[in-house]
Amino acid sequence: MSNIKVKVKEKDLNTIKEICKSFDNKPGELINVLHKTQESFGYLPAEVQEVVAQELSVPVAKVYGVVTFYSFFTMLPKGKHPISICTGTACYVRGAENVLQEFKRQLNIEVGQTTDDGKFSLSCLRCVGACGLAPVVQVGDKTYGRVSPEGVKEILAEYSEK
Amino acid sequence: MITNLGGFKMSQHKQIRIALNNCGVIDPENIKEYIARDGYVALGKCLTEMKPQDVINEIKESGLRGRGGGGFPTGLKWEIASKNHADQKYVVCNADEGDPGAFMDRSILEGDPHAVLEAMAICGYSMGATKGLVYIRAEYPLAIKRLKVAIEQAREYGLLGKKLFETDFDFDIELRYGAGAFVCGEETSLIHSMEGLRGEPTIKPPYPAEKGYLGKPTNVNNVETYANIPIILRKGASWFNKIGTEKSKGTKVFALAGKVKNVGLVEVPMGTTLREVIYEIGGGIENDKKFKAVQTGGPSGGCLTEKHLDTPIDFDNLLAAGSMMGSGGMIVMDEDNCMVSVAKFYLDFTVEESCGKCSPCRIGNKRLYELLDRITQGKGELSDLQRLRNMSLVIKDTSLCGLGQTSPNPVLSTLDNFYDEYLAHVTDKKCPSGECKDLMTYFVIEENCVGCTACARVCPVGAITGEKKEVHYINPEICIKCGACEERCKFDAIIVK
Amino acid sequence: MNKVKLTIDDKQIEVEKGTTIYKAAKQLEIEIPVLCYMNLEGLNIENKPGGCRICVVEVEGRNNLAPSCSTEVWDGMVVHTHTMRVINARRTVMEFILSDHPKDCLTCAKSGNCDLQNMAVKLGIREIPGQEYAEMSKYKTDFSPSIIRELDKCIMCRRCEMMCNDFQTVGALSAFHRGFQAAVGPAFEMDIEDSPCTYCGQCVAVCPTGALTEKDHTRDVINALSDPTKKVIVQTAPAVRAALGEEFGMEPGTLVTGKMVSALRRLGFDYVFDTDFAADLTIMEEGTELLDRLTKFLAGDKKVKLPILTSCCPAWVSFFEHNFPEMKDIPSTARSPQQMFGAIAKTYFADKISTKREDLVVVSIMPCLAKKYEAQRDEFKVNGNPDVDFSISTRELAHLIKEANLDLNKLPDEDFDKPLGESSGAAVIFGTTGGVIEAAVRTAYELHTGIKLDKLDFEQLRGFEAIRKATVDFDGTPINIGIAHGLGNARKLLEEIKAGKSEFHAIEIMSCPGGCIGGGGQPTHHGDSSILKARAKAIYAEDAGKPIRKSHENPYIIKLYEEFLGKPMSEKAHHLLHTCYFDKSRKIEID
Repeated sequence: MSNIKVKVKEKDLNTIKEICKSFDNKPGELINVLHKTQESFGYLPAEVQEVVAQELSVPVAKVYGVVTFYSFFTMLPKGKHPISICTGTACYVRGAENVLQEFKRQLNIEVGQTTDDGKFSLSCLRCVGACGLAPVVQVGDKTYGRVSPEGVKEILAEYSEK
Repeated sequence: MITNLGGFKMSQHKQIRIALNNCGVIDPENIKEYIARDGYVALGKCLTEMKPQDVINEIKESGLRGRGGGGFPTGLKWEIASKNHADQKYVVCNADEGDPGAFMDRSILEGDPHAVLEAMAICGYSMGATKGLVYIRAEYPLAIKRLKVAIEQAREYGLLGKKLFETDFDFDIELRYGAGAFVCGEETSLIHSMEGLRGEPTIKPPYPAEKGYLGKPTNVNNVETYANIPIILRKGASWFNKIGTEKSKGTKVFALAGKVKNVGLVEVPMGTTLREVIYEIGGGIENDKKFKAVQTGGPSGGCLTEKHLDTPIDFDNLLAAGSMMGSGGMIVMDEDNCMVSVAKFYLDFTVEESCGKCSPCRIGNKRLYELLDRITQGKGELSDLQRLRNMSLVIKDTSLCGLGQTSPNPVLSTLDNFYDEYLAHVTDKKCPSGECKDLMTYFVIEENCVGCTACARVCPVGAITGEKKEVHYINPEICIKCGACEERCKFDAIIVK
Repeated sequence: MNKVKLTIDDKQIEVEKGTTIYKAAKQLEIEIPVLCYMNLEGLNIENKPGGCRICVVEVEGRNNLAPSCSTEVWDGMVVHTHTMRVINARRTVMEFILSDHPKDCLTCAKSGNCDLQNMAVKLGIREIPGQEYAEMSKYKTDFSPSIIRELDKCIMCRRCEMMCNDFQTVGALSAFHRGFQAAVGPAFEMDIEDSPCTYCGQCVAVCPTGALTEKDHTRDVINALSDPTKKVIVQTAPAVRAALGEEFGMEPGTLVTGKMVSALRRLGFDYVFDTDFAADLTIMEEGTELLDRLTKFLAGDKKVKLPILTSCCPAWVSFFEHNFPEMKDIPSTARSPQQMFGAIAKTYFADKISTKREDLVVVSIMPCLAKKYEAQRDEFKVNGNPDVDFSISTRELAHLIKEANLDLNKLPDEDFDKPLGESSGAAVIFGTTGGVIEAAVRTAYELHTGIKLDKLDFEQLRGFEAIRKATVDFDGTPINIGIAHGLGNARKLLEEIKAGKSEFHAIEIMSCPGGCIGGGGQPTHHGDSSILKARAKAIYAEDAGKPIRKSHENPYIIKLYEEFLGKPMSEKAHHLLHTCYFDKSRKIEID
């Protein structure tokens, strides 16, 4: 007959509470709150969503419903160097699929996964608005244009020492 | 961050800059430069010289139609919102550019943010709204930064905030962030998303102009539409409506991409032909390959062919040709692109982006994708083509929102324009363009093979056998079509068919 | 009101502005098939997401087909409801839906009573093209004490989500993911047991498919009945008799009390008793508690908590344990009738028939799914042996009766057994919203004032309005009574209490629309609220026909106190008939 307990670190709890407060704890600000929260934590694990739900007085099921609706939100931690491959039309037409396959092969992970050493994670995104440079790959904040499958090794090498 | 979008070096021939008027010309983070190019003159003129209805009439007369996809007359939209009375109304700018392959909204926001802010204030004045919201993709950090700077500066200059131009008109703008959902380009979804909900569409009516954000009358236009507003009011409706075709006035910005020599943003008068855009501005097909198709309208649009090249581009002509304007993506394809794969690519996108609320879009598009996938694997049958068409028509006919109502367009347009290619896949089990790997077979050309064994050694699955200095053989049952052998062979002895 | 003229299938009709095509067509007796749409008229419960797209029709001048459930008519509109274009669309959409639905109808709990199955029959579906390579949604099945969720069968009609959020404000369910992966369930796809679910069962009551069903206990009951070492006794809740007949083709609102008793006896129950007996007992305890608190309150005792809240609805109990734990000392401590019955059966009655607790199996027939959960709560067990062993729903009972080849229509009327089968009319009306408080008023009034009521029908407490308020004059003392059915409505009253603004002395709360007659274990109403109204009417009719209509006049209750309990709220009564509540709210804790 015990209640459900959600464990959160005190520091994290305070961070989330502050974020919610900065939006006046309004339920309508849920998406803005989630953006800020993900910015601080890198991802949105279940316990973080529980706290957000409680602070904004929104059922946690609804918070989860929103988090899983939008592709920008993630419940999994990303790698140190998140790799995003643009699979927008322009990139597709210029062979983004082959580039993606090469990344998967080299890293030995699927889209949405992170390498065991936590270094790289792989995701696809839809058009970064740089179609002139297609196919485009982003690693962290850095953008690479005209990437070919042969160039994948080189890109990864840039991050191997870091 | 990429700031050079690679488009502005293109031939200016045939282009007219209206929406992109200031892009690349002014420093977007300096309001003075915008003002120096007559910025905020239109807002001043509206507030001090025109009644709200005059503004609406001017926009109506200009013939401006929404640039976000459907092409609804902008003036009429404003008028409806103005006639619905409420204590609070909202002006929303849809900057959730989700069409993969279109980036004009981003360029405008990055290059000329004040034009959008000014237009929103004008819209607010015309419909009686004092609050503006820009719903922008979180994936556009530079555009967000520039918008924030622009809003701050406009506030400092008294161009946003209280009592603008010393009138009783107050107007201010806030930002709201999208979170990666293509369906939020649909205005009811966008509104739900701004309210902190899942971005699912609802049935219209009620339209946002009656019941929008927080249940209040709301006008939603996209970035490019707003970017046209200040210049129309400065130069007059009669200047604007001389540009373009009878029913589509002004210009349209296209994001030209794909297999053309020059890629980038193009702004051309409505009525320009596809040929002019692709060959005169785009410089023709890359590597002098053969033009095959041009896809307009993104996932909602269709693939047009050779026979459409001389069609003047406007809302109605594109629709009649089985495509649509959409937000202005224009992807050129050459002979190496398989049209069944292209249709599959778009369906893959739709399947991922469907919100899941209505069954035809949620399940129907998945089934379309699966069938296309089978066809590209050589598992399709002739009767499947009829099924593809029927499913497509029903999904269009029954889906809840614009996403599902247009998602089968890539399938229908390729079925219409490239039926032979579908036939080749289902009857001959061949992909004419050679893109569908499953339909390819690697062969050794006996007379060229010297038996060097290089191919056999590189084959990752051991599909190649043969003695040294003798002709080798590729076992198609084992071959995974990775192409490694072809790449390794120095004697052009391996080909793919 | 503005009127609008339109034509549907060549028939003209004039309707009020704002009417949907579906409703206008209904007036013309044109039946348009609907799947996700549901409207419980008079209860303010309407689900019209426009999601299934089965109800589409052709409207002249419109490019695409229009969903009739949510498209409003306009003047001069011309509608065609069954053209070939429409029929092709409906069939194709239905094929889509079925292509992502398991085909295990043979063993599905909903088979024979499934809206999706019926629609497939209606639309003449014979095959699903491409089924052999169509990917199907896969989710784990979630078992809980009351509800089973098989999300593979979810068709995204969103009815459960609407009930759980808009009507009940429980918020256990939400749509999650998007596109083909989208479904409805608790946060993080956790088991419903770990969610704030109250087991009210309204999601089950409205689910058009087998995605949400009750935890079936008929197998356990059959096992107990076929075990010669067990004495098996049964209790039947008041709302069951007003609905069971529907499962046997009888008109809604047909009372089948005698036939039900007869069927239970033929199924092999050793004693057929009535939960109504325990309802009378509840009134004795709860009414005494009310009077006790009231008397102290009127005498100026500031420590006394008022209003007193009824506690017979287990979903409601869970609701305040989850959402208002700080107020857990406000509801009456009286156990629900089901549990009072169990406690008395396994002590008083077990002694009478000289049977050991372990050898006595108590089965309850309930209109409710939360009762299944309630029966297995730890505080209602003695050394692990529950007071009520199995709680089965009205629907499950109907299955058992049919399985035993009994035709309810042809069975004779029989009486309940004594002593736990005797009840008053006051107990019967427990089955409908407002009934518990009316029963309490009948007893409390007489006990408090010492005056005999000459009119027992308190019309002001009856009806289907969401929240009802009434003042009853207790011989000079005005007693303010509040009634809410639906947890969303209950929440409003609780918020008032929390804010110190409540004007009530006593509040009755029932979780389900219409009270227990609309419970999650009742025969499916398929969105027809007139069925609920008919059941309520039947309940009041049974009350009116009873020789005894006040709980404190039930001779077997009087005898129970004389022989066993002493008096209401005695120590023994406390031990057996009262309970305590727990804080079940989600707690964020520092790690």
